Amino acid sequence: MSTAPESPKPPGPFLLTGYAAAQLGMSIALLVLFVLWVLGGVLAVLWVGLVLLIAVIPATRAIANVHRRMAARVFGSPVPDPYRPAPGGFFTRLRVYATDPMTWRDLAWMPVAFVASFTINLTVLILALGVVTWFIWWFATPWLMRARAAVDRWFLAYSRTEKLEQRVQVLTETRAEAVDHSAAELRRLERDLHDGAQARLVALSMSLGMADAAFDEDPDQARRLIQDARATTTSAIGDLRSVVRGIHPPVLADRGLGGAVQAIALDMAIPVSVDARLDGRPPAPVEACVYFAVAECLANVVKHSGARNAWITLSHGDGVLQAVVGDDGAGGADPQSGTGMLGVMRRLGAFDGTMAVSSPTGGPTLITLEVPCDLSSPRTMPSSAPD
Amino acid sequence: MRLVLAEDHALLRAGLIQLLEGNGFTILHAVDNAPELDRALLDPDADAAVLDVRLPPTQTDEGLRAAIAVREARPGFPVMVLSQYVEQLYARELLASGTGAVGYLLKDRVSDVAEFVDGVRRVAAGGTVLDPEVVATVMARRHDEPLDRLSPREREVLGLMAEGRSNAAIAAHLHVTEKAVAKHINGIFTKLDLPLDDDDHRRVRAVLAWLRV
Repeated sequence: MSTAPESPKPPGPFLLTGYAAAQLGMSIALLVLFVLWVLGGVLAVLWVGLVLLIAVIPATRAIANVHRRMAARVFGSPVPDPYRPAPGGFFTRLRVYATDPMTWRDLAWMPVAFVASFTINLTVLILALGVVTWFIWWFATPWLMRARAAVDRWFLAYSRTEKLEQRVQVLTETRAEAVDHSAAELRRLERDLHDGAQARLVALSMSLGMADAAFDEDPDQARRLIQDARATTTSAIGDLRSVVRGIHPPVLADRGLGGAVQAIALDMAIPVSVDARLDGRPPAPVEACVYFAVAECLANVVKHSGARNAWITLSHGDGVLQAVVGDDGAGGADPQSGTGMLGVMRRLGAFDGTMAVSSPTGGPTLITLEVPCDLSSPRTMPSSAPD
Repeated sequence: MRLVLAEDHALLRAGLIQLLEGNGFTILHAVDNAPELDRALLDPDADAAVLDVRLPPTQTDEGLRAAIAVREARPGFPVMVLSQYVEQLYARELLASGTGAVGYLLKDRVSDVAEFVDGVRRVAAGGTVLDPEVVATVMARRHDEPLDRLSPREREVLGLMAEGRSNAAIAAHLHVTEKAVAKHINGIFTKLDLPLDDDDHRRVRAVLAWLRV
Protein backbone atom coordinates (compact mmCIF):
# COMPACT_ATOMS: atom_id res chain seq x y z
CA MET A 1 0.00 0.00 0.00
CA SER A 2 1.02 3.59 -0.38
CA THR A 3 2.85 5.38 2.37
CA ALA A 4 1.02 7.93 4.47
CA PRO A 5 0.82 11.14 2.49
CA GLU A 6 2.39 13.18 5.27
CA SER A 7 3.81 12.36 8.66
CA PRO A 8 3.94 15.63 10.60
CA LYS A 9 5.92 15.77 13.80
CA PRO A 10 4.00 14.53 16.85
CA PRO A 11 2.01 17.18 18.72
CA GLY A 12 3.86 18.96 21.53
CA PRO A 13 2.82 19.17 25.18
CA PHE A 14 0.66 22.27 24.61
CA LEU A 15 -1.49 20.69 21.94
CA LEU A 16 -1.64 17.42 23.88
CA THR A 17 -2.87 19.29 26.93
CA GLY A 18 -5.55 20.80 24.68
CA TYR A 19 -6.50 17.28 23.61
CA ALA A 20 -6.64 16.22 27.24
CA ALA A 21 -9.03 19.06 28.07
CA ALA A 22 -11.21 18.39 25.05
CA GLN A 23 -11.37 14.69 25.84
CA LEU A 24 -12.29 15.43 29.42
CA GLY A 25 -15.15 17.60 28.19
CA MET A 26 -16.29 14.96 25.72
CA SER A 27 -16.19 12.27 28.39
CA ILE A 28 -19.12 14.02 30.09
CA ALA A 29 -21.04 13.84 26.82
CA LEU A 30 -20.03 10.19 26.51
CA LEU A 31 -21.39 9.46 29.98
CA VAL A 32 -24.73 11.03 29.05
CA LEU A 33 -24.77 9.11 25.76
CA PHE A 34 -23.92 5.89 27.59
CA VAL A 35 -26.90 6.33 29.90
CA LEU A 36 -29.14 7.06 26.90
CA TRP A 37 -27.74 3.98 25.15
CA VAL A 38 -28.66 1.74 28.05
CA LEU A 39 -32.03 3.45 28.33
CA GLY A 40 -32.63 3.00 24.60
CA GLY A 41 -31.64 -0.64 24.84
CA VAL A 42 -34.04 -1.26 27.70
CA LEU A 43 -36.86 0.64 25.99
CA ALA A 44 -36.22 -1.00 22.63
CA VAL A 45 -39.24 -3.22 23.21
CA LEU A 46 -41.23 0.01 23.03
CA TRP A 47 -40.78 2.21 19.98
CA VAL A 48 -39.25 5.04 21.97
CA GLY A 49 -36.09 3.05 22.59
CA LEU A 50 -35.40 2.56 18.89
CA VAL A 51 -35.90 6.25 18.17
CA LEU A 52 -33.50 7.03 20.99
CA LEU A 53 -30.90 4.61 19.64
CA ILE A 54 -31.05 5.96 16.12
CA ALA A 55 -30.19 9.40 17.51
CA VAL A 56 -27.62 8.30 20.09
CA ILE A 57 -25.53 6.04 17.86
CA PRO A 58 -24.52 8.67 15.27
CA ALA A 59 -23.70 11.11 18.10
CA THR A 60 -21.45 8.49 19.70
CA ARG A 61 -19.80 7.84 16.36
CA ALA A 62 -19.08 11.51 15.85
CA ILE A 63 -17.34 11.74 19.24
CA ALA A 64 -15.48 8.47 18.65
CA ASN A 65 -14.27 9.83 15.30
CA VAL A 66 -12.83 12.90 17.03
CA HIS A 67 -10.89 10.54 19.32
CA ARG A 68 -9.73 8.55 16.31
CA ARG A 69 -8.36 11.69 14.67
CA MET A 70 -6.57 12.68 17.87
CA ALA A 71 -5.06 9.19 18.21
CA ALA A 72 -3.98 9.37 14.58
CA ARG A 73 -2.17 12.65 15.26
CA VAL A 74 -0.49 11.26 18.37
CA PHE A 75 0.77 8.15 16.60
CA GLY A 76 1.41 9.81 13.25
CA SER A 77 -0.46 7.02 11.46
CA PRO A 78 -4.04 6.98 10.25
CA VAL A 79 -6.85 5.52 12.36
CA PRO A 80 -9.62 5.20 9.77
CA ASP A 81 -13.35 5.63 10.26
CA PRO A 82 -14.31 1.93 10.31
CA TYR A 83 -18.12 2.13 10.20
CA ARG A 84 -20.13 0.33 7.57
CA PRO A 85 -22.12 2.75 5.44
CA ALA A 86 -25.67 2.94 6.79
CA PRO A 87 -27.99 4.33 4.14
CA GLY A 88 -31.70 3.89 3.63
CA GLY A 89 -34.67 4.00 5.95
CA PHE A 90 -35.11 3.69 9.68
CA PHE A 91 -35.05 -0.08 9.97
CA THR A 92 -32.29 -0.73 7.44
CA ARG A 93 -30.12 1.73 9.29
CA LEU A 94 -30.86 0.13 12.66
CA ARG A 95 -30.04 -3.25 11.21
CA VAL A 96 -26.71 -2.02 9.82
CA TYR A 97 -25.91 -0.43 13.20
CA ALA A 98 -26.74 -3.62 15.06
CA THR A 99 -24.69 -5.87 12.78
CA ASP A 100 -21.65 -3.56 12.69
CA PRO A 101 -19.20 -4.90 15.30
CA MET A 102 -17.81 -1.39 15.68
CA THR A 103 -21.10 -0.27 17.24
CA TRP A 104 -20.53 -2.66 20.12
CA ARG A 105 -16.90 -1.74 20.48
CA ASP A 106 -17.97 1.90 20.76
CA LEU A 107 -20.34 0.90 23.53
CA ALA A 108 -17.60 -0.92 25.43
CA TRP A 109 -15.23 1.98 24.89
CA MET A 110 -17.54 4.64 26.36
CA PRO A 111 -17.10 3.77 30.09
CA VAL A 112 -13.39 3.10 29.53
CA ALA A 113 -12.97 6.50 27.89
CA PHE A 114 -14.77 8.08 30.83
CA VAL A 115 -12.43 6.42 33.33
CA ALA A 116 -9.34 7.19 31.23
CA SER A 117 -10.34 10.86 31.01
CA PHE A 118 -10.70 11.15 34.76
CA THR A 119 -7.36 9.49 35.43
CA ILE A 120 -4.88 10.19 32.62
CA ASN A 121 -6.31 13.42 31.24
CA LEU A 122 -7.01 14.88 34.63
CA THR A 123 -3.42 14.11 35.67
CA VAL A 124 -2.12 15.97 32.63
CA LEU A 125 -4.31 18.98 33.37
CA ILE A 126 -3.38 19.07 37.05
CA LEU A 127 0.33 18.86 36.17
CA ALA A 128 -0.17 21.73 33.74
CA LEU A 129 -2.07 23.93 36.18
CA GLY A 130 0.11 23.33 39.22
CA VAL A 131 2.91 25.77 38.35
CA VAL A 132 5.63 23.91 40.28
CA THR A 133 4.90 20.69 38.37
CA TRP A 134 5.63 22.17 34.94
CA PHE A 135 8.87 20.34 34.68
CA ILE A 136 7.14 17.01 35.15
CA TRP A 137 4.28 18.10 32.89
CA TRP A 138 6.67 18.90 30.03
CA PHE A 139 8.20 15.43 30.04
CA ALA A 140 5.29 13.25 31.20
CA THR A 141 2.52 14.61 28.97
CA PRO A 142 3.64 12.94 25.72
CA TRP A 143 3.87 9.59 27.52
CA LEU A 144 0.55 9.93 29.27
CA MET A 145 -1.29 11.02 26.13
CA ARG A 146 0.29 8.23 24.14
CA ALA A 147 -1.11 5.81 26.70
CA ARG A 148 -4.51 7.47 26.36
CA ALA A 149 -4.37 7.28 22.54
CA ALA A 150 -3.32 3.62 22.76
CA VAL A 151 -6.42 2.84 24.83
CA ASP A 152 -8.63 4.64 22.31
CA ARG A 153 -7.02 2.94 19.37
CA TRP A 154 -7.29 -0.47 20.95
CA PHE A 155 -11.06 -0.05 21.22
CA LEU A 156 -11.83 2.09 18.18
CA ALA A 157 -9.72 0.52 15.42
CA TYR A 158 -9.68 -3.02 14.16
CA SER A 159 -6.48 -4.92 14.73
CA ARG A 160 -4.53 -6.36 11.82
CA THR A 161 -5.92 -9.84 12.37
CA GLU A 162 -9.49 -8.55 12.51
CA LYS A 163 -8.94 -6.59 9.30
CA LEU A 164 -7.59 -9.69 7.57
CA GLU A 165 -10.52 -11.76 8.82
CA GLN A 166 -12.94 -9.19 7.42
CA ARG A 167 -11.05 -9.15 4.13
CA VAL A 168 -11.21 -12.93 3.86
CA GLN A 169 -14.94 -12.77 4.51
CA VAL A 170 -15.47 -10.18 1.76
CA LEU A 171 -13.27 -12.06 -0.69
CA THR A 172 -15.07 -15.33 -0.06
CA GLU A 173 -18.43 -13.70 -0.70
CA THR A 174 -17.40 -11.79 -3.81
CA ARG A 175 -15.57 -14.80 -5.21
CA ALA A 176 -18.65 -16.97 -4.85
CA GLU A 177 -20.71 -14.28 -6.56
CA ALA A 178 -18.19 -13.85 -9.37
CA VAL A 179 -18.12 -17.60 -9.99
CA ASP A 180 -21.92 -17.80 -10.01
CA HIS A 181 -22.10 -14.85 -12.32
CA SER A 182 -19.66 -16.20 -14.86
CA ALA A 183 -21.34 -19.62 -14.81
CA ALA A 184 -24.68 -17.93 -15.52
CA GLU A 185 -23.07 -15.92 -18.33
CA LEU A 186 -21.70 -19.07 -19.93
CA ARG A 187 -25.11 -20.74 -19.73
CA ARG A 188 -26.68 -17.69 -21.36
CA LEU A 189 -24.09 -17.71 -24.15
CA GLU A 190 -24.62 -21.40 -24.76
CA ARG A 191 -28.37 -20.83 -25.00
CA ASP A 192 -28.01 -17.82 -27.29
CA LEU A 193 -25.73 -19.68 -29.68
CA HIS A 194 -27.82 -22.83 -29.58
CA ASP A 195 -31.15 -21.09 -30.20
CA GLY A 196 -29.76 -18.45 -32.53
CA ALA A 197 -26.87 -18.88 -34.91
CA GLN A 198 -26.65 -22.66 -34.60
CA ALA A 199 -30.34 -23.22 -35.38
CA ARG A 200 -30.15 -20.83 -38.31
CA LEU A 201 -27.11 -22.60 -39.76
CA VAL A 202 -29.03 -25.89 -39.62
CA ALA A 203 -31.91 -24.26 -41.49
CA LEU A 204 -29.45 -22.81 -43.98
CA SER A 205 -27.89 -26.16 -44.69
CA MET A 206 -31.38 -27.64 -45.18
CA SER A 207 -32.37 -24.94 -47.66
CA LEU A 208 -29.19 -25.46 -49.62
CA GLY A 209 -29.66 -29.23 -49.61
CA MET A 210 -33.19 -28.89 -50.94
CA ALA A 211 -32.06 -26.36 -53.54
CA ASP A 212 -29.39 -28.79 -54.64
CA ALA A 213 -32.01 -31.54 -55.07
CA ALA A 214 -34.46 -29.26 -56.90
CA PHE A 215 -31.92 -27.72 -59.27
CA ASP A 216 -32.67 -29.86 -62.35
CA GLU A 217 -36.42 -30.39 -62.08
CA ASP A 218 -37.54 -27.03 -60.68
CA PRO A 219 -35.00 -24.22 -61.12
CA ASP A 220 -37.49 -21.59 -59.86
CA GLN A 221 -37.99 -23.48 -56.61
CA ALA A 222 -34.21 -23.86 -56.29
CA ARG A 223 -33.74 -20.11 -56.73
CA ARG A 224 -36.35 -19.38 -54.06
CA LEU A 225 -34.59 -21.76 -51.67
CA ILE A 226 -31.27 -20.04 -52.31
CA GLN A 227 -32.87 -16.68 -51.58
CA ASP A 228 -34.21 -18.11 -48.32
CA ALA A 229 -30.73 -19.37 -47.55
CA ARG A 230 -29.32 -15.89 -48.02
CA ALA A 231 -31.90 -14.35 -45.71
CA THR A 232 -31.13 -17.01 -43.09
CA THR A 233 -27.42 -16.25 -43.38
CA THR A 234 -28.07 -12.59 -42.71
CA SER A 235 -30.04 -13.38 -39.55
CA ALA A 236 -27.36 -15.82 -38.38
CA ILE A 237 -24.72 -13.12 -38.78
CA GLY A 238 -26.96 -10.70 -36.88
CA ASP A 239 -27.33 -13.23 -34.05
CA LEU A 240 -23.60 -13.77 -33.86
CA ARG A 241 -23.05 -10.04 -33.81
CA SER A 242 -25.29 -9.55 -30.81
CA VAL A 243 -23.63 -12.47 -29.00
CA VAL A 244 -20.22 -10.91 -29.64
CA ARG A 245 -21.41 -7.57 -28.32
CA GLY A 246 -22.58 -9.30 -25.16
CA ILE A 247 -19.19 -10.94 -24.62
CA HIS A 248 -16.93 -8.02 -25.40
CA PRO A 249 -18.14 -5.07 -27.48
CA PRO A 250 -15.71 -4.46 -30.36
CA VAL A 251 -15.83 -0.71 -29.83
CA LEU A 252 -14.47 -1.24 -26.31
CA ALA A 253 -11.43 -3.01 -27.74
CA ASP A 254 -11.02 -0.28 -30.38
CA ARG A 255 -11.51 2.83 -28.32
CA GLY A 256 -11.32 1.96 -24.65
CA LEU A 257 -13.85 2.88 -21.99
CA GLY A 258 -14.29 6.54 -22.96
CA GLY A 259 -14.98 5.83 -26.62
CA ALA A 260 -17.21 2.84 -25.92
CA VAL A 261 -19.32 4.79 -23.45
CA GLN A 262 -19.61 7.57 -26.04
CA ALA A 263 -20.79 4.97 -28.55
CA ILE A 264 -23.61 3.63 -26.33
CA ALA A 265 -24.56 7.17 -25.38
CA LEU A 266 -25.15 7.95 -29.06
CA ASP A 267 -27.39 4.92 -29.46
CA MET A 268 -29.75 5.99 -26.68
CA ALA A 269 -33.20 7.32 -27.46
CA ILE A 270 -32.56 10.45 -25.37
CA PRO A 271 -29.60 12.84 -25.55
CA VAL A 272 -26.76 11.64 -23.31
CA SER A 273 -23.68 13.80 -22.83
CA VAL A 274 -20.38 12.14 -22.00
CA ASP A 275 -17.46 13.71 -20.17
CA ALA A 276 -14.60 11.21 -20.19
CA ARG A 277 -11.48 12.35 -18.37
CA LEU A 278 -9.21 9.32 -18.42
CA ASP A 279 -5.61 9.68 -19.46
CA GLY A 280 -4.90 5.99 -19.80
CA ARG A 281 -6.74 2.68 -19.88
CA PRO A 282 -7.92 0.66 -16.88
CA PRO A 283 -7.12 -3.10 -16.92
CA ALA A 284 -9.27 -4.89 -19.52
CA PRO A 285 -11.53 -6.79 -17.05
CA VAL A 286 -12.28 -3.58 -15.11
CA GLU A 287 -12.96 -1.74 -18.34
CA ALA A 288 -15.48 -4.36 -19.47
CA CYS A 289 -17.11 -4.47 -16.05
CA VAL A 290 -17.59 -0.71 -15.86
CA TYR A 291 -18.75 -0.59 -19.48
CA PHE A 292 -21.51 -3.13 -18.86
CA ALA A 293 -22.45 -1.42 -15.61
CA VAL A 294 -22.82 1.95 -17.35
CA ALA A 295 -24.78 0.30 -20.18
CA GLU A 296 -27.17 -1.26 -17.64
CA CYS A 297 -27.66 2.08 -15.86
CA LEU A 298 -28.37 3.85 -19.14
CA ALA A 299 -30.84 1.17 -20.20
CA ASN A 300 -32.66 1.72 -16.89
CA VAL A 301 -32.69 5.48 -17.42
CA VAL A 302 -34.40 5.08 -20.78
CA LYS A 303 -36.79 2.37 -19.57
CA HIS A 304 -37.90 3.65 -16.18
CA SER A 305 -36.98 7.23 -15.37
CA GLY A 306 -38.84 9.16 -18.05
CA ALA A 307 -35.79 11.43 -18.25
CA ARG A 308 -35.30 13.90 -21.07
CA ASN A 309 -31.53 14.14 -20.62
CA ALA A 310 -28.81 12.03 -19.11
CA TRP A 311 -25.11 12.56 -18.53
CA ILE A 312 -22.08 10.42 -17.76
CA THR A 313 -18.74 11.41 -16.31
CA LEU A 314 -15.71 9.14 -16.19
CA SER A 315 -12.70 10.09 -14.10
CA HIS A 316 -9.81 8.57 -12.22
CA GLY A 317 -8.16 9.85 -9.07
CA ASP A 318 -6.41 8.46 -5.98
CA GLY A 319 -6.31 5.01 -7.51
CA VAL A 320 -10.08 4.86 -8.03
CA LEU A 321 -11.93 4.79 -11.33
CA GLN A 322 -15.23 6.63 -10.98
CA ALA A 323 -18.21 6.59 -13.33
CA VAL A 324 -21.28 8.72 -12.60
CA VAL A 325 -24.53 8.24 -14.51
CA GLY A 326 -27.09 10.97 -13.93
CA ASP A 327 -30.53 11.75 -15.34
CA ASP A 328 -33.23 14.38 -14.90
CA GLY A 329 -36.03 11.83 -14.61
CA ALA A 330 -38.58 11.07 -11.91
CA GLY A 331 -36.12 9.58 -9.40
CA GLY A 332 -37.14 6.95 -6.86
CA ALA A 333 -34.81 4.33 -8.32
CA ASP A 334 -34.24 1.40 -5.97
CA PRO A 335 -31.04 -0.55 -6.61
CA GLN A 336 -32.39 -3.53 -4.66
CA SER A 337 -35.22 -4.06 -7.14
CA GLY A 338 -34.45 -5.36 -10.57
CA THR A 339 -31.97 -8.11 -11.25
CA GLY A 340 -29.99 -5.88 -13.61
CA MET A 341 -28.72 -3.55 -10.90
CA LEU A 342 -27.98 -6.44 -8.53
CA GLY A 343 -25.96 -8.04 -11.34
CA VAL A 344 -24.04 -4.78 -11.72
CA MET A 345 -23.25 -4.76 -7.99
CA ARG A 346 -22.01 -8.36 -8.13
CA ARG A 347 -19.82 -7.70 -11.12
CA LEU A 348 -18.33 -4.64 -9.44
CA GLY A 349 -17.90 -6.55 -6.18
CA ALA A 350 -15.43 -8.91 -7.84
CA PHE A 351 -13.13 -5.90 -8.31
CA ASP A 352 -13.81 -4.41 -4.84
CA GLY A 353 -15.96 -1.86 -6.65
CA THR A 354 -19.02 -0.16 -5.20
CA MET A 355 -22.24 1.36 -6.47
CA ALA A 356 -24.03 4.20 -4.71
CA VAL A 357 -27.48 5.38 -5.78
CA SER A 358 -28.95 8.75 -4.93
CA SER A 359 -32.47 9.01 -6.28
CA PRO A 360 -34.87 11.21 -4.33
CA THR A 361 -38.47 11.21 -5.52
CA GLY A 362 -38.73 13.87 -8.20
CA GLY A 363 -35.14 13.28 -9.26
CA PRO A 364 -32.46 13.78 -10.27
CA THR A 365 -30.96 10.30 -10.05
CA LEU A 366 -27.22 9.92 -9.65
CA ILE A 367 -25.55 6.52 -9.75
CA THR A 368 -21.89 6.50 -8.76
CA LEU A 369 -19.75 3.49 -9.62
CA GLU A 370 -16.27 3.24 -8.15
CA VAL A 371 -13.59 0.63 -8.78
CA PRO A 372 -10.08 0.80 -7.34
CA CYS A 373 -7.57 0.29 -10.14
CA ASP A 374 -4.59 1.85 -11.87
CA LEU A 375 -4.57 3.25 -15.38
CA SER A 376 -2.06 1.97 -17.88
CA SER A 377 0.41 4.45 -19.35
CA PRO A 378 -1.33 7.31 -21.11
CA ARG A 379 -2.05 6.61 -24.73
CA THR A 380 -3.33 9.13 -27.18
CA MET A 381 -7.02 8.48 -27.50
CA PRO A 382 -8.91 9.68 -30.52
CA SER A 383 -11.12 12.52 -29.48
CA SER A 384 -14.84 12.06 -29.68
CA ALA A 385 -16.92 12.93 -32.68
CA PRO A 386 -17.52 16.65 -32.97
CA ASP A 387 -20.90 17.66 -31.71
CA MET B 1 -13.03 3.03 -61.87
CA ARG B 2 -9.83 2.06 -60.03
CA LEU B 3 -10.15 0.96 -56.42
CA VAL B 4 -7.95 0.32 -53.41
CA LEU B 5 -9.25 -2.65 -51.42
CA ALA B 6 -8.28 -3.54 -47.85
CA GLU B 7 -9.55 -6.73 -46.23
CA ASP B 8 -7.51 -9.07 -44.07
CA HIS B 9 -9.51 -12.30 -44.50
CA ALA B 10 -8.15 -13.98 -47.63
CA LEU B 11 -11.49 -15.57 -48.54
CA LEU B 12 -13.43 -12.34 -48.21
CA ARG B 13 -10.77 -10.42 -50.08
CA ALA B 14 -10.90 -12.87 -52.99
CA GLY B 15 -14.71 -12.70 -52.95
CA LEU B 16 -14.75 -8.89 -52.98
CA ILE B 17 -12.20 -8.75 -55.81
CA GLN B 18 -14.26 -11.16 -57.88
CA LEU B 19 -17.47 -9.29 -57.13
CA LEU B 20 -16.11 -5.83 -57.88
CA GLU B 21 -14.15 -6.81 -60.98
CA GLY B 22 -17.20 -8.63 -62.28
CA ASN B 23 -19.09 -5.33 -62.06
CA GLY B 24 -16.68 -3.18 -64.01
CA PHE B 25 -14.32 -1.97 -61.27
CA THR B 26 -10.54 -2.29 -61.50
CA ILE B 27 -8.75 -3.34 -58.32
CA LEU B 28 -5.58 -1.28 -58.27
CA HIS B 29 -4.27 -2.55 -54.91
CA ALA B 30 -5.66 -5.29 -52.70
CA VAL B 31 -3.96 -5.22 -49.26
CA ASP B 32 -4.40 -7.04 -45.95
CA ASN B 33 -2.81 -4.73 -43.37
CA ALA B 34 -2.71 -1.10 -42.30
CA PRO B 35 0.86 -0.10 -43.29
CA GLU B 36 0.38 -1.43 -46.83
CA LEU B 37 -2.99 0.29 -46.98
CA ASP B 38 -1.40 3.63 -46.08
CA ARG B 39 1.08 3.19 -48.94
CA ALA B 40 -1.63 2.10 -51.41
CA LEU B 41 -3.73 5.15 -50.60
CA LEU B 42 -0.86 7.40 -51.71
CA ASP B 43 -1.27 6.12 -55.28
CA PRO B 44 -2.57 9.07 -57.31
CA ASP B 45 -4.26 6.69 -59.79
CA ALA B 46 -6.74 5.44 -57.19
CA ASP B 47 -10.27 6.83 -57.61
CA ALA B 48 -11.86 5.37 -54.47
CA ALA B 49 -11.28 2.87 -51.65
CA VAL B 50 -13.22 -0.01 -50.10
CA LEU B 51 -11.88 -0.68 -46.58
CA ASP B 52 -12.45 -3.10 -43.73
CA VAL B 53 -12.47 -1.35 -40.33
CA ARG B 54 -10.45 -4.00 -38.51
CA LEU B 55 -7.00 -4.69 -39.94
CA PRO B 56 -3.67 -6.02 -38.71
CA PRO B 57 -1.42 -5.16 -36.90
CA THR B 58 -3.65 -4.16 -33.92
CA GLN B 59 -7.00 -5.48 -35.20
CA THR B 60 -8.92 -2.46 -33.92
CA ASP B 61 -10.07 0.42 -36.12
CA GLU B 62 -7.11 0.99 -38.47
CA GLY B 63 -9.35 0.99 -41.56
CA LEU B 64 -11.47 3.79 -40.15
CA ARG B 65 -8.43 5.85 -39.19
CA ALA B 66 -6.92 5.31 -42.64
CA ALA B 67 -10.20 6.46 -44.22
CA ILE B 68 -10.26 9.65 -42.15
CA ALA B 69 -6.56 10.30 -42.80
CA VAL B 70 -6.82 9.89 -46.56
CA ARG B 71 -9.81 12.22 -46.70
CA GLU B 72 -7.79 14.80 -44.84
CA ALA B 73 -4.90 14.44 -47.30
CA ARG B 74 -7.13 14.18 -50.37
CA PRO B 75 -10.38 16.08 -49.65
CA GLY B 76 -13.44 14.44 -51.15
CA PHE B 77 -11.67 11.10 -51.79
CA PRO B 78 -14.49 8.52 -51.87
CA VAL B 79 -14.29 5.81 -49.22
CA MET B 80 -16.61 2.89 -48.53
CA VAL B 81 -15.98 1.39 -45.08
CA LEU B 82 -17.14 -2.15 -44.31
CA SER B 83 -17.39 -3.66 -40.84
CA GLN B 84 -18.67 -6.68 -38.95
CA TYR B 85 -20.60 -4.26 -36.71
CA VAL B 86 -21.67 -0.66 -37.07
CA GLU B 87 -21.39 2.18 -34.57
CA GLN B 88 -23.08 5.54 -34.82
CA LEU B 89 -19.89 6.98 -33.33
CA TYR B 90 -17.85 5.77 -36.30
CA ALA B 91 -20.49 6.91 -38.79
CA ARG B 92 -20.25 10.42 -37.35
CA GLU B 93 -16.47 10.45 -37.48
CA LEU B 94 -16.54 9.37 -41.12
CA LEU B 95 -19.15 11.91 -42.10
CA ALA B 96 -17.30 14.66 -40.28
CA SER B 97 -14.20 13.96 -42.36
CA GLY B 98 -15.55 15.81 -45.39
CA THR B 99 -18.75 16.44 -47.27
CA GLY B 100 -20.17 13.29 -48.82
CA ALA B 101 -18.41 10.55 -50.76
CA VAL B 102 -18.64 8.26 -47.73
CA GLY B 103 -20.16 4.85 -47.23
CA TYR B 104 -20.43 2.81 -44.03
CA LEU B 105 -21.99 -0.63 -44.31
CA LEU B 106 -22.17 -3.92 -42.46
CA LYS B 107 -20.10 -6.54 -44.24
CA ASP B 108 -23.02 -8.87 -44.79
CA ARG B 109 -24.75 -6.25 -46.99
CA VAL B 110 -22.29 -7.41 -49.64
CA SER B 111 -24.51 -10.47 -50.14
CA ASP B 112 -26.98 -8.22 -51.96
CA VAL B 113 -24.56 -7.75 -54.81
CA ALA B 114 -26.58 -5.30 -56.93
CA GLU B 115 -27.29 -2.99 -54.01
CA PHE B 116 -23.70 -3.13 -52.74
CA VAL B 117 -22.22 -2.31 -56.14
CA ASP B 118 -24.73 0.49 -56.53
CA GLY B 119 -23.65 1.79 -53.10
CA VAL B 120 -19.98 1.87 -54.12
CA ARG B 121 -20.91 3.76 -57.30
CA ARG B 122 -22.96 6.30 -55.31
CA VAL B 123 -20.12 6.90 -52.89
CA ALA B 124 -17.68 7.31 -55.78
CA ALA B 125 -20.08 9.88 -57.25
CA GLY B 126 -20.04 11.90 -53.99
CA GLY B 127 -23.10 10.45 -52.25
CA THR B 128 -23.57 9.15 -48.69
CA VAL B 129 -24.50 5.55 -47.98
CA LEU B 130 -25.21 4.58 -44.37
CA ASP B 131 -26.14 1.14 -43.10
CA PRO B 132 -29.85 0.71 -42.28
CA GLU B 133 -28.80 -0.33 -38.76
CA VAL B 134 -27.19 3.08 -38.13
CA VAL B 135 -30.27 4.74 -39.61
CA ALA B 136 -32.54 2.72 -37.31
CA THR B 137 -30.74 3.82 -34.11
CA VAL B 138 -30.92 7.45 -35.15
CA MET B 139 -34.62 7.01 -35.92
CA ALA B 140 -35.21 5.69 -32.39
CA ARG B 141 -34.35 9.05 -30.81
CA ARG B 142 -37.25 10.59 -28.95
CA HIS B 143 -36.65 14.32 -29.08
CA ASP B 144 -34.46 15.98 -31.55
CA GLU B 145 -34.26 19.57 -32.73
CA PRO B 146 -34.47 20.55 -35.61
CA LEU B 147 -35.72 17.17 -36.82
CA ASP B 148 -38.88 17.44 -34.73
CA ARG B 149 -40.01 19.92 -37.34
CA LEU B 150 -40.20 17.15 -39.94
CA SER B 151 -43.35 15.13 -40.47
CA PRO B 152 -43.09 11.37 -39.84
CA ARG B 153 -43.13 10.78 -43.58
CA GLU B 154 -40.34 13.27 -44.14
CA ARG B 155 -38.24 11.59 -41.43
CA GLU B 156 -38.75 8.28 -43.19
CA VAL B 157 -37.65 9.76 -46.50
CA LEU B 158 -34.61 11.33 -44.82
CA GLY B 159 -33.66 7.95 -43.32
CA LEU B 160 -33.82 6.32 -46.76
CA MET B 161 -31.76 9.19 -48.20
CA ALA B 162 -29.15 8.48 -45.53
CA GLU B 163 -29.05 4.87 -46.68
CA GLY B 164 -28.06 6.28 -50.04
CA ARG B 165 -31.17 5.44 -52.00
CA SER B 166 -32.19 7.31 -55.12
CA ASN B 167 -35.56 9.06 -55.45
CA ALA B 168 -36.83 6.20 -57.59
CA ALA B 169 -35.77 3.62 -54.96
CA ILE B 170 -37.36 5.65 -52.16
CA ALA B 171 -40.59 5.93 -54.15
CA ALA B 172 -40.63 2.18 -54.74
CA HIS B 173 -39.92 1.47 -51.06
CA LEU B 174 -42.70 3.74 -49.79
CA HIS B 175 -45.16 2.87 -52.59
CA VAL B 176 -45.55 6.48 -53.70
CA THR B 177 -44.72 8.37 -56.90
CA GLU B 178 -41.31 9.85 -57.51
CA LYS B 179 -42.94 13.25 -57.66
CA ALA B 180 -44.29 12.84 -54.13
CA VAL B 181 -40.77 11.89 -52.96
CA ALA B 182 -39.32 14.99 -54.60
CA LYS B 183 -41.93 17.08 -52.76
CA HIS B 184 -41.00 15.52 -49.40
CA ILE B 185 -37.33 16.12 -50.08
CA ASN B 186 -37.97 19.77 -50.84
CA GLY B 187 -39.94 20.00 -47.60
CA ILE B 188 -36.95 18.55 -45.72
CA PHE B 189 -34.52 21.03 -47.34
CA THR B 190 -36.75 23.96 -46.40
CA LYS B 191 -37.41 22.83 -42.82
CA LEU B 192 -33.72 22.20 -42.16
CA ASP B 193 -32.78 25.64 -43.61
CA LEU B 194 -30.30 24.15 -46.05
CA PRO B 195 -28.64 26.73 -48.30
CA LEU B 196 -29.39 26.58 -51.99
CA ASP B 197 -26.88 24.33 -53.69
CA ASP B 198 -26.96 21.53 -56.19
CA ASP B 199 -29.25 18.68 -55.26
CA ASP B 200 -26.53 16.14 -54.44
CA HIS B 201 -24.84 18.46 -51.97
CA ARG B 202 -28.12 19.32 -50.29
CA ARG B 203 -28.91 15.67 -49.85
CA VAL B 204 -25.59 15.10 -48.13
CA ARG B 205 -26.08 18.16 -45.94
CA ALA B 206 -29.54 16.96 -44.91
CA VAL B 207 -28.04 13.65 -43.79
CA LEU B 208 -25.31 15.45 -41.84
CA ALA B 209 -27.89 17.61 -40.10
CA TRP B 210 -29.86 14.52 -39.29
CA LEU B 211 -26.89 12.83 -37.61
CA ARG B 212 -26.06 16.16 -35.91
CA VAL B 213 -22.50 15.97 -37.20
